[in-house]
Amino acid sequence: MKNFKKLGLLMMLAALMVFAAACGGAADKKDGNKADNKTAGNKELSGSLVLSGSTALQPLASAAAEEFMNKNTKVSIQVNGGGSGTGLSQVSQGAVQIGNSDVFAEEKKIEGLKDNKVAVVGMTAAVNPKAKIKDIKKADLIKVFTGKITNWKELGGADQKITLVNRPESSGTRAVFNKFALDGATPAQGITEDASNTVKKIIAETPGAIGYLALSYFTDDTVTKLSIDSVEASNENIQSGKFPVWAYEHMYTKGEANEVAKAFLDYMTSDEVQTTLLPKQGYIPVTKMKVERDAAGKTTNK
Amino acid sequence: MSSKTSDRIATGIFVTIAVIIISLLIGLFYFILVNGVKQISIDFLTKPSSNLLAGGGIRDQIFNSFYVLIITMIITVPLGLGGGIYMAEYAKPGKVTDFIRVCVEVLASFPSIVIGMFGLLMFVTLTGWGYTILGGALALTVFNLPVMVRVSEDAIRSVPRDIKEASLGLGITHWHTIKTILLPSAFPSILTGAILAAGRVFGEAAALLFTAGLSTPRLDYSDWNPFSSTSPLNIFRPAETLAVHIWSVNTQGLIPDVKEVANGSAAVLVISVLIFNLLARGIGSLVHKKMTASK
Amino acid sequence: MEKVVPAKDRLLKSKKSWMDGEVRGRILVFLSAIIMIAATISITIFIGQKGLQAFINNGVSLIEFLTSKIWDPTNQKNPVYGALPFIFGSFAVTFLAALVAAPLGIGAAIFMTEIAPSWGRKVLQPVIELLVGIPSVVYGFIGLTVLVPFIRDHVGGLGFSLLSGMIVLSVMILPTITTIATDAMATIPKALREGSYALGATRWQTIRKVLIPAAMPSLLTAIVLGMARAFGEALAVQMVIGNVSKFPHSILDASGTLTTIITLNMGNTTFGSVDNNVLWSMGLILLVISFVFILIIRYLSARRKI
Repeated sequence: MKNFKKLGLLMMLAALMVFAAACGGAADKKDGNKADNKTAGNKELSGSLVLSGSTALQPLASAAAEEFMNKNTKVSIQVNGGGSGTGLSQVSQGAVQIGNSDVFAEEKKIEGLKDNKVAVVGMTAAVNPKAKIKDIKKADLIKVFTGKITNWKELGGADQKITLVNRPESSGTRAVFNKFALDGATPAQGITEDASNTVKKIIAETPGAIGYLALSYFTDDTVTKLSIDSVEASNENIQSGKFPVWAYEHMYTKGEANEVAKAFLDYMTSDEVQTTLLPKQGYIPVTKMKVERDAAGKTTNK
Repeated sequence: MSSKTSDRIATGIFVTIAVIIISLLIGLFYFILVNGVKQISIDFLTKPSSNLLAGGGIRDQIFNSFYVLIITMIITVPLGLGGGIYMAEYAKPGKVTDFIRVCVEVLASFPSIVIGMFGLLMFVTLTGWGYTILGGALALTVFNLPVMVRVSEDAIRSVPRDIKEASLGLGITHWHTIKTILLPSAFPSILTGAILAAGRVFGEAAALLFTAGLSTPRLDYSDWNPFSSTSPLNIFRPAETLAVHIWSVNTQGLIPDVKEVANGSAAVLVISVLIFNLLARGIGSLVHKKMTASK
Repeated sequence: MEKVVPAKDRLLKSKKSWMDGEVRGRILVFLSAIIMIAATISITIFIGQKGLQAFINNGVSLIEFLTSKIWDPTNQKNPVYGALPFIFGSFAVTFLAALVAAPLGIGAAIFMTEIAPSWGRKVLQPVIELLVGIPSVVYGFIGLTVLVPFIRDHVGGLGFSLLSGMIVLSVMILPTITTIATDAMATIPKALREGSYALGATRWQTIRKVLIPAAMPSLLTAIVLGMARAFGEALAVQMVIGNVSKFPHSILDASGTLTTIITLNMGNTTFGSVDNNVLWSMGLILLVISFVFILIIRYLSARRKI
């Protein structure tokens, strides 16, 4: 049987492959940097770029990267998920060039990154349609989420027990919702799911359930989009600052971005992406916002 | 109650248990296949997945699943075989052997999420590779290795002693005996074990979530240079496998046809595992026949 | 097949060059053994070191971590990291799953070896192997789309509950228990059975009084291995259990486990932060528990009677 003789060879080959590829990988990165230096004199952009982080931002970033690569055929962009925390850690370690995040880096206690706001995402409370609630006062919303109101009939809805659907403590969506919709109150215990689709599914299927979702997930009538204090969670109301529950989507870079990263970030804030790609995915163009917000959560008119 | 009646009742209970288990399997398969098979079409299998629009396929995920599996097997099989040979032939009873045996058991019982976390620390962060196919394959190796070791050790041990002693008696060296006598006779059961282990690797998600990532870069299937970043063969690119895809579309997907894609992917996954099983049986008995007939 | 070379030549050759045959083979084989040891040790060290950081660097109290019922990592003034609800959840769901899967698995093993040895094994064995082959995400997916609504509509509660987790896990560990239990029953010497039958015992009496006691340590090993698998399962459980960070009061209450909290928060927390380090500490607990399971198994196999 010759098979086994080959085995040793195979193993060595595998080891060699790993080694070679490791060198290859390193070479790739070097190529990227070299290319950046070159582009100063030469017009065509080339090099590679790796993004990682927020799973919420991933579809948008991937779509934009796709378009960008079609325009600059020599650029290769990889968009990874992993979550906002992963993105922030990796960009500050220098493992990736751009870290995507749903939250300000300051909130995760990471310093020294350059913030690039690329989109605004609005969110609001979502309830099971059978609860027959469409509008809620902020004070009541807080009472619902802190467990002081436990039945929808207290708010004029159907006679159904309220079931809370939360996000995990580390979630960016939860942080934003708690801060701007619940005025910082700590929600009572409830089912906890990280993923927007799962949250939506649970709310749609469980009588009396309430949770919160980004506006892009309100695509059908399986869940009811709540207005807060009679202000509808619409793009216009968020842009004008009337509806307070929204957050930026950030793309962080460490120090000054390199040529490719810079070009990509410019592309992200260009009209092309902001007015065509963003609305398709339910985001609000950051360029159209009439109000601004800083890391501490203070909102000011532009 | 007479002992005869209680015997009958007991028999009835055991038969019921068997029926429950069989109907459980039939129910599960029925559910997966009935919901999923109608989603499977050439289009579904050959189109790349979409982030936003309905009608995306699972081409890249299928390729990734198989590619990760192949890389894992390239690493695992030689190592597992070596480990198995060591345990069956070289290990002398003692502290070291005992320790290795504990290691095998411990590795086999590590929760896959812990292995995923270890992979995240070791192959993603420490090496600076980021999410890669190689990192995923190495993490999978960690829990596939003990299975392979056990399978090959059992297979080698079950080779009749006489054959081995005859070979050694002829003055053939130990290693040569292993190579030419033991391994060929143990080959069918090793192969069966390896294919069954492959089925488990194919469906693993928790460990890959942290190591191979949740995304696939744009792939160019005409690019066969493993060092090019758009090549499907590049082992330093992130890769979302089929099992991970089911998890991620269900939880994060924005596409309107989440249910269809998830059902279709689940069916493809289960059918693949089914094929692995049939292959393991088929090849196992085929090789066995061939080997026993030729000798 | 290789050309047959007289053994004498080969022996001479292997003496001439030490890198040939025998030695090379030995190196290959020893290398594999060393890699396995290295993998085990490095996993233990890495997870151990990372898991202890929360206590050493971040000053989280170990006592609080293990005994506090409150999980409130986002509290600005006074974050509390109590993992007890998750530890309890993990154990609860594991034991409940074993409670369901053990009788079924051992029953199936007895069916295969004692009741219908001729055809029972031929039918059940492939069934069990196919059950092993269904990926855990698919179990979770089916649990989420079929089991959870069913429990909500017909049993009560929200559907997301310990009960759902228990059912999904018990199906997942059933093959593990069945396979090992079958092997255990099959290795019982025939003489034991025949002796019992010759004394006039019925089949049930033989099974209950002779076979099960004889195979007990191995059967317990089967159950413990199944529990080890259930304890570490992550994605399938996360999809059906509801992930609540408080103690469940009934089997219909939603609960959380160590694994689900890790998967939910891992990506959202930054590497090196307290919130992230406590997740590694939970990973360390998982690791320690799996060592405990191994110890139990080794203790049991030392007591094996046959």
